[in-house]
Amino acid sequence: MVRAVSAAETAARTYGWAIHAEALRVRAGRRMAVDGLDLSLDTGVHGLLGPNGAGKTTLVRSIATVLRPASGTLTVLGETVNGRIDLRGLRRQIGYLPQEFGFYRRFTVREFVEYIAWLKEMPPAETPGAVQRAIERVGLADRADDRMKTLSGGMARRAGIAQAIVNDPRLLLLDEPTAGLDPDQRLQFRALLRELGTDTCVLVATHLVEDVAAACTDLVLIDAGRLVFQGVPADLPAAAGEDSGSGDSAAERGYSAILRRHREAQP
Amino acid sequence: MNDEKHVPAAALRRYATGDPRSRADQVWAVEAHLELCARCRERLGEAVTFHSPETAALVAQVQTRLATEVIRSPQMPTYRMPRRVSRWAPPGFWARLVMTLLVLGAAIGLDLAGSSGLPPSVVLLVAPVAPLLGVAAVWSAGLDPLHELVVASPRAGLFLVLRRTLAVLAAVIPALAVAGWMTGASPATWLLPCLAFTAGALALGELIGLRWAAAALAIMWTVGVITPSVLTARAPWVLEPTSLPYWAGLIGVIAVALALRRDAYKELRSDSWFVR
Repeated sequence: MVRAVSAAETAARTYGWAIHAEALRVRAGRRMAVDGLDLSLDTGVHGLLGPNGAGKTTLVRSIATVLRPASGTLTVLGETVNGRIDLRGLRRQIGYLPQEFGFYRRFTVREFVEYIAWLKEMPPAETPGAVQRAIERVGLADRADDRMKTLSGGMARRAGIAQAIVNDPRLLLLDEPTAGLDPDQRLQFRALLRELGTDTCVLVATHLVEDVAAACTDLVLIDAGRLVFQGVPADLPAAAGEDSGSGDSAAERGYSAILRRHREAQP
Repeated sequence: MNDEKHVPAAALRRYATGDPRSRADQVWAVEAHLELCARCRERLGEAVTFHSPETAALVAQVQTRLATEVIRSPQMPTYRMPRRVSRWAPPGFWARLVMTLLVLGAAIGLDLAGSSGLPPSVVLLVAPVAPLLGVAAVWSAGLDPLHELVVASPRAGLFLVLRRTLAVLAAVIPALAVAGWMTGASPATWLLPCLAFTAGALALGELIGLRWAAAALAIMWTVGVITPSVLTARAPWVLEPTSLPYWAGLIGVIAVALALRRDAYKELRSDSWFVR
């Protein structure tokens, strides 16, 4: 089944970057979790890497129009996220999988994805087809009418990915999407990511270096709320160089070497 | 492009027009080739439009009929009841409804058993805050596992909050009416306070979060009205019929406050505690 292209989508784009942040600061509780971040991302699959507490989730939440930036500018799909903007119009174009992803246990997979489609204000006539397609893309078609509480952790995560892509978003934000997926599902997920990345801006926050190295066209590394490195995944092994960081694969060594160099450079 | 490997234009035209002179083996060969060759299928399309308008008309007619059939045919399994309810009811609705009914049941029990001689009916005292148990779950991160998704969705906002609140009231008010009928507490005395507390929780929730707002109002009412009334065994003046105009006025003020700050449930959050 081909995906429906709405009239709004065929309109000419008037913005340069799907996500554009300048000196962005976002507060998480008392801490400034994102602290002076400059970032520009466009169509493609972007891996957002960083150690625990680097501000990945806070950054994703602010791009998902949940958190208000404390200062700096954040432009998402051409709309500046602060104050008075058309949040509804922007939110309709975003797909979001939060890190702590909950669901209503009594719902079936189909009902759950359909409920999210309703929350995303999709036209009722298009919803059943879009729901079926989203469920098929994550490989849950055989469990579509089972209740959410009967699913395994990895399957629930895939249902979470299905709800994120059900509205064919222009901007897809996935926070730790591969948590709980088995190796085979992870391969399928990477294939799905590559497919989505051809016409969507996909931001995948993860701490698994190998996921990024395998499926992403672009790599963003942040630490303590600041941008440390942005490049293609192939840069990672090269970045390790003679300076052998700790890690089992070349990509992991590159990751830890870049982080260490960045931290040593800090006063 | 090597034309020898494709269907000659004359053969394609005969095929398109359904020429009775064309031989069966030729037709088969053309069809076998068409299945594999997109270029020749395109040429066939052109040939049909140019040389066989009646075929083109037939195809268009079939498409029109099919379109109406497709719209009419069911695409999904039939709706289950919980799904329709879920679009109105807040998460955890049934559990909270059962809790509310248990509280009301206990109040009825207290009224009917012995203490019915006392002036303040327990049902009447509990009625104003009865919906708050359900209202707390309408917009709360702790009670709604989907809250972060709901907050980030285009439907987030006062309208969704009111919709869910309406579902709570639709269940709680009939239950209160039955309880009042059993114990002699007339709806006229508790309906306005009940609505005022519900609306007040929504308005206060715009400032401090709905869950805390509901809890604060319930505690205020328990400490300020229920406890003194039970201790002194006198009906509180706030639930006398003479105070009804004040309740109506209060509802009006709260409604204006809600309308003025209607974007509060939709806006970006500055504090992450609201998200969690």
